[in-house]
Formats: sequence, structure tokens, C-alpha cells
Amino acid sequence: MSKVIMTADDSTSIRQMVSFTLKQAGYEVVEAVDGRDALSKLDCSPVHMLITDLNMPNMDGIELIKQTRAKPQYKFIPIIMLSTESQDTKKQEGKAAGATGWIVKPFKPEQLLAVIKKVLG
Amino acid sequence: METHAEAYRAEASELLLELESSLLLLEETPDDDELIGRVFRAMHTIKGSGAMFGFDEVAAFTHEVETVFDLVRNGKLTVTKHLVDLALAARDLIRKMIDGEEVDKAEAEEITEGFKKMIPTSKQPEAPSTVEMVPEQTVNVTYRIRFRPESHLLTTGTNPILLLEEMRELGPCQVVAQTGGVPLLSEYDPEALYLFWDIILTTGRGINAIKDVFIFVEDVCEIKIDVIDGDGRLDVETGYKKLGEILLERGDLRFQDLRTVLEDKKFLGELLVEKKAVDPDAVSSALAEQAHVKQVRQKRQEVETVSSIRVDADKLDSLVDLVGELVTVQASLSQKAGMQGDAGLSRIAEEVERLTGYLRDNTMSIRMLPISTTFSKFKRLVRDLSNELGKDVLLTTEGGETELDKTVIERLNDPLVHIIRNCIDHGIESPEKRQEKGKLGQGEIRLSAAHSGPNVLIRISDDGAGLDREAIRAKAIERCLLAPETELTDSDVYSMIFAPGFSTAATITGVSGRGVGMDVVKRSVDTLRGTIEVTSQRDRGTTITLKLPLTLAIIDGLLVEVSDAYFVLPLWVVKEVVELTRADLAEAHGKHIANVRGEIVPYVPLRDFFRMDGDPPPIEQIVIAEVDGNRVGFVVDHVIGGHQTVIKTLGTLYNNSREFSGATILADGTVALIVDAPVIVRQATDETIRNYG
Repeated sequence: MSKVIMTADDSTSIRQMVSFTLKQAGYEVVEAVDGRDALSKLDCSPVHMLITDLNMPNMDGIELIKQTRAKPQYKFIPIIMLSTESQDTKKQEGKAAGATGWIVKPFKPEQLLAVIKKVLG
Repeated sequence: METHAEAYRAEASELLLELESSLLLLEETPDDDELIGRVFRAMHTIKGSGAMFGFDEVAAFTHEVETVFDLVRNGKLTVTKHLVDLALAARDLIRKMIDGEEVDKAEAEEITEGFKKMIPTSKQPEAPSTVEMVPEQTVNVTYRIRFRPESHLLTTGTNPILLLEEMRELGPCQVVAQTGGVPLLSEYDPEALYLFWDIILTTGRGINAIKDVFIFVEDVCEIKIDVIDGDGRLDVETGYKKLGEILLERGDLRFQDLRTVLEDKKFLGELLVEKKAVDPDAVSSALAEQAHVKQVRQKRQEVETVSSIRVDADKLDSLVDLVGELVTVQASLSQKAGMQGDAGLSRIAEEVERLTGYLRDNTMSIRMLPISTTFSKFKRLVRDLSNELGKDVLLTTEGGETELDKTVIERLNDPLVHIIRNCIDHGIESPEKRQEKGKLGQGEIRLSAAHSGPNVLIRISDDGAGLDREAIRAKAIERCLLAPETELTDSDVYSMIFAPGFSTAATITGVSGRGVGMDVVKRSVDTLRGTIEVTSQRDRGTTITLKLPLTLAIIDGLLVEVSDAYFVLPLWVVKEVVELTRADLAEAHGKHIANVRGEIVPYVPLRDFFRMDGDPPPIEQIVIAEVDGNRVGFVVDHVIGGHQTVIKTLGTLYNNSREFSGATILADGTVALIVDAPVIVRQATDETIRNYG
């Protein structure tokens, strides 16, 4: 069974790119337009990994990470945050919230897949 | 990792070859989008894969080239000769880097600058890829890494197993888990992590690649990376002999004593664990390190293996030798079986003969290589040389699939280079001159190879000015190679160009004209038992044909007998055999000259030459051979017939007997010496001059 990865991002183009890359690589993808959407979808179907943007309307990435980690079934899944800024503050905040790793935008499909391989196997 | 690097090298080599041919074609058709795309893709792959497999230097260097060809691809730059020149130079440099050769930094800098100048706007330096591709060391270094995560690592979604697997991808890797921290079950928190790992890793990717593995976890883990074996760094101290070995060598200790002592002794690890000085895990980790480093060092010395098996040429030679002996034994078996007339034995003998034939052909074919390997080198040579001399020359090749013995191919390279240089320098005229003569501005050199019986014909023809018969003649007379009044055929005159130091070039051009070269060609071809033929037509061009034997291990010979001893004359020098009667001897008044159909042929009586006893039979035979362009006879008692001669080299004791190029064993076990005809003729001539002159 192929693994399911959720991409949470408010930018359609980013979501499309991530989704396309993942599907090409044989993963199943669940798309979410913001943190709130993501959380509700997380409850519906099991997800093996979460890739989330940090700046989103309704619920931002940091909050999404915290809430996801709070759910017992998602306590140990890898969570990757996408951030445009490479400053440490946001990174630290995300890590403190429970993120596994991060990808700095812009990134290439190969880099994305490399990170997934690193954390999801 | 090593296998990846090897794969990359192989892939890159192919790409570089393709790159070269594409560039050369591109020069001819600069607007070919398909070609430009191919060049770009090749550069792109070399760069991209280079970075992946630790060829960071290559990747960094290729970056500029790729950028330029990307611009070309997008129509922002056009292909110029300068661009192709630079790209070819870059290609050579990349080749060196991939082969791990020392690269001239200044040259690399110059090429990079050349490419940078071509990029119109200056917004390229911040290309992101250059940042990652800081040249790093590509030599393998062994690291000791201690990876001790904090106990809550799992709750960050990190799976340490994946990180360890990532480490394994960097290179040969030993991972030892340290389980000492695992608490009793009652205190065990299932969500916590109690393990830590010692990792011994050998990689050429540099320490940053290792740090990258732990990039997400570096602040929740203790990561300690030490270099334990660099490029030969610690070999000196640790590579020395053990104490016991030294004592044994000096004679201070007897082997039996050493062994009894050693039998009592326990391993240090066991002792330490017994005394509870260290944890058993720590010992196994240390032992893993020891084993790993040992292995890495061993590997460094091992020869790299490729998908096809590389066999030592010596082994092949000894196989050929063995097959040769088998052929000999089989011949005597067939002979014996034929004499006995036993149907059963004959059948077996025939079977053996058939199989031996297959075996021989098979063994020979192992040594065969297509000549295209040599041909492809010349395309570049022609291009560079014609550039240098301001000529426009196209090289076409034909019959590259023709197979030749490996040794022959190797030794053929130099003569061909000389011939091609001569073609370009003396043969092909400058474009203006050619147009005056009504020829195309671009000259052509054709290189072709084809089988012809047991030989291979290699033809090098140009459509240049042709050989100047009179100039060669005049030069030959000037150099006293020729008496002024001698009348010579065209081919005799043309063969003068192979005389040592012979050159009609008015000026020395740095490429040729020093008169060194064509005599080298002649000599190389001679040692290959080949012949050279030159034909030429004024203003139409020159054709040089090299006729070479397929192999050097088995030759066709003529078996002859002199005073109960057997000799083999190589069949290709033999032209005919005539009788020598007492009457003929009387007629010549003791001079060693025979009259063959009105032609005077000097001869060498082998009986006298080898100072053999016994009286010659009433009717002797003269084997007439062509040696160095002259007809010379060898007088023998009997001619036995053609003989498939398996050449055996003479032992070192016979190094000085230059009259023989080797020996062979006949069906009945008798040894026959293979006569080196040119040497004998020369020695006999010297002797005659001493006696009479």
C-alpha cells in the first residue's frame, strides 16, 4: 500500500507542484488549503506524513503542527514545514511545536523527494 | 558509493565521447538544435550526476559550460569556433578530473573565465547550485561518528533508522548500537529512545555530507564526528608489524613459544570486559571500527573492477601459449592416428582436431579488438593539427569494426599518427591552393581497414598534392641513398620516404619536416611483420597501405631442412623456390649468385651461414624471399612445406641470437627455429663485405 502524504498550503501552485511530484513518486496525496482544513481532513483518513506551509490563513503552520502532534495517532509521524525564510526563529518555533524538518522555498522536486526519503523512508 | 562513482565514471566517459563527437559535428552545422540540445544534456548530466557522486570539482567546473550552452539552447548565443574550441578544452579537463588526474588550476580558471565572458549579463554568479558545489575532497575518508539522540527524538517524528540508512548510502558503513542505556522494563518509557549508535563510515563526500544527514536533528542529538583514517594519514603508525612479528624476525623468539603464549592470552576486549572496565557494546564498536578501517585500506589497494573482466595480458599470453602447445600435440596425434589406420583412433583424433581449432580461434578472438578504438582518437588529432596548420581537413573512417590483435593495435597507434601528420602537413594543401587547383577547399583523409585473408589492410589516403617524385629522387641522390643514374619505378622512389631522416619539406613546421617519423613507421610495421605500400598521383593524393598479420602468435611458415635440422621461414617473405644444382654452382664460379629466369639473385647458403656439418645433397633448394625490397635466396637442403607455426619465444639464454625470431615445435616434438630473414641478409652482407671488401 502506498503511503499517504498530506500537503497543506494556501498557494494553489505550490500545492500542485508538491502534489504532482509526490504522485509521480508513487505516494498518495491529500491536499488541504489551510491549517483548519488540514486538521479536519487528518481526522477523516490516516496520513503517514504532513508537509505544511507556515504562513496560512485560518490556522497557520505552527498551530497545525502543535495540534497534529497532540493527536495520539500522529504523535510520531514526520512533519515537514515549508518556509520561505531561512531564519532560525521560525525554524525553532516550528521545531518546538514538533516539526521533524523543514524545506526552504524555492526547492526542486528532487530536494523534496530527498527530504521525504530522509524522514519517511 | 564506490560503485556509484564507478558507474558515474563510466557514464561520464560515454557522455564525454558523445560530447566530443557532437561538438565536432556542431562545428560543421552550428545551427543544429538537436546537437546543441545533446551537448547541453551531456554537460548537464555530467554536472548533475557529478555533484551526486562526489565529483564536486567536476560539477563546479561544468557549471559555467552548462550555463553557456543553456543560453545557446535558448537562442541567446550562437555557436562559434571559439566556443567549440573552449568546450573541447573543457571536455578534456573534465575527463582529467573524472579520471582523478592532477588538473592545472590555471587552465581550468582560464576556461571558466572564457565561458564567463560569453554570458551576456552579469546576473549569473548567484546561481544557487554553485553555492552547494564548493569543491570538496573526493578522496575517501573514514569517520567515526557518535550519534546520541535525546530520549524524546521519536516525538519529533524522526525515525533514527532512516538516518542510519542515509548514512549507509554515503559509503561503506558499520553501525554498532549501544544498548547500555536501556532501563529495566519497570522504568521503561515506550515512547522514549534509550539507544545510541557508533558509526564507522568511509566516504568521499566530505564531512558536510554527514552533517547533512543529521541536519534536522542536530539540536536534539549529540553528534560527534572524528576523522579516523584519512588519505593515508594514519597508515604509517598503525600499518607497522606487530610486536610478535618483529621478535620472530629478529630471531629473539621461537615460533612455538610465541604460539603457546598467544594461546593463553585472551583478547584485550575480553580482558577489559571481564574486569568491567568497559561495556561489551563499546568493545564491539571498537572492533567494528578496527575491521572497517582494515577493510577500507585493503580496498584502496585493490584494483578497481569493472563490469567486463580485466585480465592481465600475461595471463592471456600464457593461454595462447598453452593453446599453441595443444595445437602441436594435436598435430602429432593426428599424424600418429593417420599412420595407425585405426578407425576409432582416427575419429577421436579428428574430434580433437576440430575442438582444438575452435579453441585456437576462440583464444585468438579474445585478444582481438576492433580497430575503431584507435580510429576514434584520430578525429581529434586531425582537427587539432589542421587548425594549427591552417588547413581544412575532414577525416572519414571505414571498417572500424575490423578486429586485430590487441598488441598489433597498440603498436599501430604511433605509425598511424605519423602517417596522418604527414598527410596533413605535406599532403593536403592550404584551402586557397586547393581552390586554385579546382579542388574543394576542404581536404579529406580516409582511414579504412579491411580483412584480406590472414592479413588486415589499413589504408590511409588523402586527396592532397601527392608525392613529388622528382623532389624525392633529388633528395635521395643528395643524401647518397641513390646513384644519380639509377632508374627506379614509382614505388621504389616512394619507398624512399621511409629512409631514416628523409624529408623533402623545405621548412620545419613543428608538426613534421624533421625527417623523423616515416622511418619509425617503417620500423614499427616491420616489427609487426607487416609491409607498407605507397601509391601516389600528382595532385590527386597519396595512399599508404599497411598490410598487417591478424595475430602475432601463430604465423604461416615454410618448413625447410638443412643438415637434419629444421627451420621455418615466414611465408610472407617467401616468393618462390627454385633448385640449385652443381652445374649452377660451377657456373657462378663460387659466387653466391643464382640466375633465376635471367635475373641475378644473390643467396645465402644457410648450411655455411650456420656453420653446419655435412655435405649438401646434389640438388639443393633456393628459397627466394623478398627482404627489404630485394630478392634474396636462402639455400636449404629440402623444402618440406607450409607449416602453421605456433611461435614460442626463445629463452633468455638465446637473447643474443638475433638470427632467430623464435622457435616452434613440430608434430614429432622436434624444435624448428624461426629464421629472421632480414637479419640474416644483413649479417651475410656484412660478412661478405669483410671477406672481399
